[in-house]
Amino acid sequence: MNAKLKILYNGIIAENPAFVLLLGMCPTLGTTGSAMNGMSMGLATMGVLICSNVVISMIKNFVPAKVHIPAYIVVIATFVSVLQLVMQAYLPALYATLGIFIPLIVVNCILLGRAESFASRHNVFDSFLDGIGIGLGFTVALTILGAMREFLGTGCIFGAQIYPETYGSLLFVLAPGAFIALGLLIALFTKIRTKNA
Amino acid sequence: MIEYISIIITAIFVNNIVFAQFLGICPFLGVSRKLSSATGMGAAVAFVMVLATAVTWLLQDLVLTPFGLGFMQTIVFILVIAALVQMLEIILKKIAPVLYSALGVFLPLITTNCAVLGVAIEVTRKGYNLGESIVYAFAIAVGFTMAISIFAGIREQLALTSVPKAMRGVPIALICAGLLAMAFMGFSGIKIG
Repeated sequence: MNAKLKILYNGIIAENPAFVLLLGMCPTLGTTGSAMNGMSMGLATMGVLICSNVVISMIKNFVPAKVHIPAYIVVIATFVSVLQLVMQAYLPALYATLGIFIPLIVVNCILLGRAESFASRHNVFDSFLDGIGIGLGFTVALTILGAMREFLGTGCIFGAQIYPETYGSLLFVLAPGAFIALGLLIALFTKIRTKNA
Repeated sequence: MIEYISIIITAIFVNNIVFAQFLGICPFLGVSRKLSSATGMGAAVAFVMVLATAVTWLLQDLVLTPFGLGFMQTIVFILVIAALVQMLEIILKKIAPVLYSALGVFLPLITTNCAVLGVAIEVTRKGYNLGESIVYAFAIAVGFTMAISIFAGIREQLALTSVPKAMRGVPIALICAGLLAMAFMGFSGIKIG
């Protein structure tokens, strides 16, 4: 496989951050009450991840090794603040729904993890691709989990009614459903991956 | 007094940080294989959370709000928490080696524990005063310690059971956490004061 494609594939399937690496569990559980919310959170994280990956791979040679973690955190926090201001201005309703999970992108282990293990060792373009791959993987995972919970809970996917809401189990939209649905999805993903390998 | 009790009960049971707010899931899943390390982690989180909330509350009230720097909140809070944890590690090593050897391994992990930053931001959003913020942070930490200890107890038993191959490890643990969260839903709706 082409090396550049391989980076993308890695992020989405082989090293899917939510289902395989089990990183960023808090937003994964906290914002997936519906497919739309999950996807928005995934895209927001992806935006920050791409920007921070690119900038960190640019500055990697100037940052002294001793302070590289605080420096990376500042870069990530800057982009999160930018995202917060942009969302407050243009998407206030979404910003209110996702609430505290937007500023908490700063402490999402995916971002610092990729900065450490990828962006600080590769060139700008590869880091950009890695940001897209991992970001897409996270978005896909959150969208699937959100869709599953929304479907089981309310009978909708992306707000489109599939079966009448009265047959849905509200549990899946509430907190316990998040844990159970994620547990089942990770088990399914493990099963599929081990079969292919 | 009654509002403090209300904050404590709500933070521990009704709005439990793990089961209702989905914060601090990483240590909740990562450090819950053994009961002893789970309680150690809980104590370390309590220590850092109360300290970090007090410091960030003062910063917000004395620096960020008066100078109109509210938009810097995320950046300032995470740096302060990171610095605080580092400092705490150095100070504890010097003056309380016993406490350090008990909590030491968990301290570096706490910087990226979203519960600490989450609580610091939450108290500014809720508009608590300093006393309420500290009580809230402590109660949240007690709720966290309780959640992670119960969960570690379950996982110690879980390790001995035979589980379908694909469900082993994290998936079955998550489903147990879901059942625990269901139990905690029984507290929802409790109102005091």
